[in-house]
Amino acid sequence: MGRYLAVRIVAILGTLLVISLFVFAIMHAIPGGPFDEDKMPLPAASKANILRSYGLDRPLSEQYIRFLWNIAHLNFGVSYQSPGESVVHLLARVWPVTAHLGGMALAIALAGGLSLGLTAALRQNTPADYLTTGVAVFGLVVPHFVLGSLLILAFSTALGWLPAGGWEGPRQWILPTLTYCLAPLGVVARYTRVSVLEVLGADHVRTARAKGLATRRIVMRHVLRNALVPLLTIIGPLFPDLLTGSIFVEGIYRVPGLGRYFVTSVYDRDYPMIMGLALLAALLVSVMYLVSDLLYLLADPRIRYT
Amino acid sequence: MTAYAASGGDALIARTARAAGRRGWLRRVRRNPMAAAGAAIVLILIALALAAPWITPAPYDRPNFGDAWQFPSGQHWFGTDALGRDLYTRIVYGARVSLTVGFVAQAIALAVGLPLGLAAGVVGGRVDFLIMRAVDTLTAFPQLLFALLIMVVLGAGLGNILLAISFHAWIPICRLTRAQCLRERERDYVEAARAQGAGEAAVVTRHVLPNILAPIIVAVTLGIPQAIFTEAALSFLGLGVRAPTPSWGQMVGEGVTNIRYYWHLALFPSVMIALTMAGFTLLVDGVRDVLDPRALKSP
Repeated sequence: MGRYLAVRIVAILGTLLVISLFVFAIMHAIPGGPFDEDKMPLPAASKANILRSYGLDRPLSEQYIRFLWNIAHLNFGVSYQSPGESVVHLLARVWPVTAHLGGMALAIALAGGLSLGLTAALRQNTPADYLTTGVAVFGLVVPHFVLGSLLILAFSTALGWLPAGGWEGPRQWILPTLTYCLAPLGVVARYTRVSVLEVLGADHVRTARAKGLATRRIVMRHVLRNALVPLLTIIGPLFPDLLTGSIFVEGIYRVPGLGRYFVTSVYDRDYPMIMGLALLAALLVSVMYLVSDLLYLLADPRIRYT
Repeated sequence: MTAYAASGGDALIARTARAAGRRGWLRRVRRNPMAAAGAAIVLILIALALAAPWITPAPYDRPNFGDAWQFPSGQHWFGTDALGRDLYTRIVYGARVSLTVGFVAQAIALAVGLPLGLAAGVVGGRVDFLIMRAVDTLTAFPQLLFALLIMVVLGAGLGNILLAISFHAWIPICRLTRAQCLRERERDYVEAARAQGAGEAAVVTRHVLPNILAPIIVAVTLGIPQAIFTEAALSFLGLGVRAPTPSWGQMVGEGVTNIRYYWHLALFPSVMIALTMAGFTLLVDGVRDVLDPRALKSP
């Protein structure tokens, strides 16, 4: 177990290293730099000074090695688009908004998806089942930005019930959260339904029924607990999806979170910020996969990793 | 006499088989009306894309500033955009971009993923290790961020979109091919083929490949809506096709900016993307039922 964990963590670090090299190469292959004429008209001498202060006048190999050295000391550099603010500070400032939105969406997705999936499985092939499947497929196939614009059109433009953007209070939270949560809700509902259906047909459930246990007790104690195990593998990867999903949801609803930095950083050639975001996203993905594998281990004693 | 009987019997068998096939087809459609609806949507989209020049009133890129910002009317069914271009025309032409991206990106993904998956599954050892590490690394990398970076490096354009999408699209196909390969190679029929003296190449191409084709076709169709989504997302962010070419994602992006008043600009392309994604997704479920009955029934 300890050995398994160590191997996985080393693999994650290796992945991050490869990704950082990749991003570094692509980033510097983008034509144009962060302090070009069109962004900042400066005399040549000042430009040279700025480049020197950020270490951008050095050969690329040296820049990369220095970057690795800084990363090893958890120093992710200073963002160019928000001068004087380190990447870590910038992330710490905007991340809570994204986490707030994503957290609300994920909570609704889990609670709603589980109950919808369970309902659909217990009433298989009834209108309730079809309705659930319909909602789930709709959430899965309709992209965030399409759903967002449709919701604004319905609830803001046509009905005038809710504001079309902003992040000041709970009234502004409703539409973005709704837009955000429907896709993971669809995923959770679909998998819950299949998983519960599978367990419902298992021998131990038949035994419980034969013993005369109440349906409610069978579902809670014998079905749901076993059905949740395969679900763990899909819940982990939902977290990073919420990160990239923020680009669209926050863009449409003008939420001041992390989302817009994905695009502005690339446009502004904000090298430290691009790298910070890429590594953050990759770290989230890898760690979430690891965590869901470990949860699997806890939930199902038959599984052993070596 | 015998020859006559045989040919008559064959014809009879062929006729009943055809009739049974027809009935089977009907039965499948009736059993799976959602998949039939998906297929209908996809067919209509293909028809729109092919017939675009004949069913639209004006060229998609001709501005007409006197007609800008029109709401839907008899003359402009879906209204006009900021440059006075007919929105209905641009929507119809937009089907071309979406479908091209969907089909071509998956063709590239198949051309890359299948050989790599076979190599990993059949050759094994160091080749397998290298390919799978590449797959793992790319998996950990957020697809959209990667596509964003590539689009900025290479610039807007259909070819670059295809490249950016294909970079990740081959991974599921490669993974699936490898896993199926490893499983099938242990089967008795492969053993039997080997015992009869079939070489490794023959075993793979004549025996393993035909048996794993069904799940691979399902995976390829599953990737089509994914690719269409990625194109729409990139275009929505302004990093998609070049300017006059109409793309639904880019139209939604422009529409959202003016959503408070000019509702039609965002509504029609949004509905088209939603319909397309739903159509392909429903179709995939049907394809899976027909081709791969052993697979877990889709939830």
